[in-house]
Amino acid sequence: MATTLTINGEQKSFDAPADMPLLWVLRDVLGLTGTKFGCGIAQCGACTVHIDGKPVRSCVLPVSAVRDRPVTTVESVGASPVGAKVQKAWLDLEVVQCGYCQSGQIMSAAALLAATPNPDDSDIDAAMAGNICRCGTYVRIRAAIKHAASQRQS
Amino acid sequence: MAISQKISDGFSRRSMLTGGLASGFLLAFHLPVRAVNEPNQPPDDPNGKFAPNAFIRIDHAGKTTLVMPQVEMGQGVYTAVAMILAEELDADFAQVTLEHAPPNDKLYGNPTFGLQVTGNSNSIRAFWKPLRDAGAGARAMLVQAAAQQWRVEPVSCSTSGSQVTHADSGRKLSYGELAAAASSQTPPKDVALKDPKDFVLIGKPLKRLDTPEKVNGKAVYGIDAMLPDMKFATVAVCPVFGGKVGKVDDSAAKKIPGVQKIVVLDDVVAVVGDHMWAAKKGLDALVIDWDEGPNARISSKDIWQDLRAASEKDGAVAKSTGDIAKGLATGEKLEASYELPFLAHATMEPLNATVHFKPDSCEIWTGTQIMTRVQSAAAKAAGLPLDKVIVNQHLIGGGFGRRLEPDMVVAAVRIAKQVDGPVKVVWTREEDIRHDVYRPVYRDTIAATLSGGKIVSWKYRVAGSAIIARWLPPAFQKGIDIDAIDSAVDMPYDIPNFHVEYVRAEPPAVPTGFWRGVGPNNNVFAIESFMDELARKAGKDPIDFRRAMLGKNPRLLAALDLVAEKSNWGQPLPARVGRGVSVQPSFGSFIATVVEAEIDEQGEVHLRRVSCAVDTGIAVNPDTIMAQLEGGLIFGLTAALYGEITIEKGRVQQSNFHDYRMLRIDQAPKIEVHVIKSGEAPGGIGETGVTAGPPALRNAIYAATGVALRRLPIDRALIAAGKKA
Repeated sequence: MATTLTINGEQKSFDAPADMPLLWVLRDVLGLTGTKFGCGIAQCGACTVHIDGKPVRSCVLPVSAVRDRPVTTVESVGASPVGAKVQKAWLDLEVVQCGYCQSGQIMSAAALLAATPNPDDSDIDAAMAGNICRCGTYVRIRAAIKHAASQRQS
Repeated sequence: MAISQKISDGFSRRSMLTGGLASGFLLAFHLPVRAVNEPNQPPDDPNGKFAPNAFIRIDHAGKTTLVMPQVEMGQGVYTAVAMILAEELDADFAQVTLEHAPPNDKLYGNPTFGLQVTGNSNSIRAFWKPLRDAGAGARAMLVQAAAQQWRVEPVSCSTSGSQVTHADSGRKLSYGELAAAASSQTPPKDVALKDPKDFVLIGKPLKRLDTPEKVNGKAVYGIDAMLPDMKFATVAVCPVFGGKVGKVDDSAAKKIPGVQKIVVLDDVVAVVGDHMWAAKKGLDALVIDWDEGPNARISSKDIWQDLRAASEKDGAVAKSTGDIAKGLATGEKLEASYELPFLAHATMEPLNATVHFKPDSCEIWTGTQIMTRVQSAAAKAAGLPLDKVIVNQHLIGGGFGRRLEPDMVVAAVRIAKQVDGPVKVVWTREEDIRHDVYRPVYRDTIAATLSGGKIVSWKYRVAGSAIIARWLPPAFQKGIDIDAIDSAVDMPYDIPNFHVEYVRAEPPAVPTGFWRGVGPNNNVFAIESFMDELARKAGKDPIDFRRAMLGKNPRLLAALDLVAEKSNWGQPLPARVGRGVSVQPSFGSFIATVVEAEIDEQGEVHLRRVSCAVDTGIAVNPDTIMAQLEGGLIFGLTAALYGEITIEKGRVQQSNFHDYRMLRIDQAPKIEVHVIKSGEAPGGIGETGVTAGPPALRNAIYAATGVALRRLPIDRALIAAGKKA
């Protein structure tokens, strides 16, 4: 099926089955490999992207369901002030270990801060509990979200 | 906890990141993905560069490339290795470039194994001296070259920031300017190393070199390899261990748009497509008749029955001091046995390998903890000589021991032999979990006697799989698996009559392998759990009880005292909240841990707080030490709370994160890590938190409820029933 999507601010046209999850369009068709495959059943959050600014598990979202809504991936989340703040907080607090889940963590955190600029612990729990980190960086993820929230918009 | 305060103090402020996101900061991994027709250039190619050893390359422009003998899988080893090399080289750390080492045991073998292996928390321990020698040797050659040019004594020259300076005359030459002349210098023998008090990098919480690309999606893991005209494949392996492919009906699969080819091997079926979705849909549409073979009746119940029986027999004696028979006849006796389950690794990056097979060559893109073994296993599978097999190393999205095995690469090569052009083979999470190489089941039996509040005898027997016998056969001697008894033979407590045995008990059909924390995972859990039971029998506080027997282990005693203070040990807690302690001398690091947990009426455990004190010798990067303990603790606590792979009808019953659960952020406790300053040689750190967490948690539950758990994962029903030991 010929499809055109707005991904990271650019129009991308490609041919893909209607039921193909957005994850595989991003990775295998468009070569945007920053978005990761972790479980395929929306259990781990590694594939999180933004659609219309909302966090979505791209491994279970058929590409046909995206329609005309803009898609943002980790490759360009830093273009928004809140995304840049999150990335900087991740660097400042040295959150990352193996890093494989961190694309998804950053996308979930950026969406949280966009909706809730000063999240408390329960907001963080609710927004981030869908993202597994096997390296166990949770303590720093929590601290980095609070750190990002405390930074003025740059 | 105030991580931000801890890691933003001091040196990290000077970090290369102050200009915003990675701006002006050079980090160029050898591009793991390149055009297929580009000539292969090994990353250690020294041509035209000052290449004094396997680890350092300096070109005429001064570009300093450091070749990484150990792979980065999150443990921070690339940054630590670079810090050690750059420290002795006096290189400008902000300008170094890192490359993955190619497969070469001679150049890049881990001195502990004689193999290019990243594991057992020993990268820094094993490479500490060789890397310092390499950096210092290269520095000496650069100084000699400058001194010759200036006609001065080398000793009158100094170095810093990739520059040689002659202070008396004010002359300076950069390492780039000296590269050609340094190349013709004779490498010095016995070059002096820096006095640790002169370290400018080691001991500072520097920013990791791999982080910037991991926050913007640019980092390339094996699963991200992309090649022109690449195809994508996914696999199904017989759900029963050791089973074979019977009949395959591929008529429906072939009709799926994007499916290119179905590859049927004797034990695995792969569908090759234009993308992973086509491959996956194709695989789902296959009707595969498996020949399940002789293992289809195996179950966890039988495996445990066999292991329990085996563990009651005498084992090979690994260590015996004093008189154990006499000791066991003295004082009050206590006996117990502890059991640990099979565990999957569940790395976030599922198993994968990309292979381009041609009749005369085979090129592989993957992330592995065993570069040379992958190369040789791939050569065998490809039917090609070793030098025709190129392995491109990648960042690893979680190793935990799973990538100490080459099986995924071997399968991918076998599939690629039937595919025209490059193919990326990716395991689904379900296949990854069901075809792991599992942490073995273990059973430990302990008998000890108490007299005057101290242990007078200790007889410990560990029964379980001998991973070493399969993985490193020459190291398996006299029936003893040195991994299985690690941290059991070198227990920290002063016990006059001490005896450790090992019983090799291989579970039928289930492949077993190393899992983060390896042997100490099992032994530290059993030992530290039993220590709490003994303390209670002796009527002693768990920390006081341990402290009285740690006189010969001052580093561990200091860690225990520090964690007692930091955890508020002994101060009152609400009902159903307990603190538990564990200590361990494992991996050359001395760690004491206190877990504070609340246990509700249903037996559910709520982690409140973890305090940890560590003496790991010289902390190359103290922030990495903290991060590894924080993460390792979560990894171990995850297993203690949820981890169990069970077998029924020869099949693994778990399949994905819904039934093989992981601890999530909403359950994560506060974690405080206190790094003790030390001048001793560096210890290992990557696995230490994993072994520290479970016994401390188990002891917290014991303190809160009186229930003495002797198996993992924790049994909530047992806790709720409140049956006390």
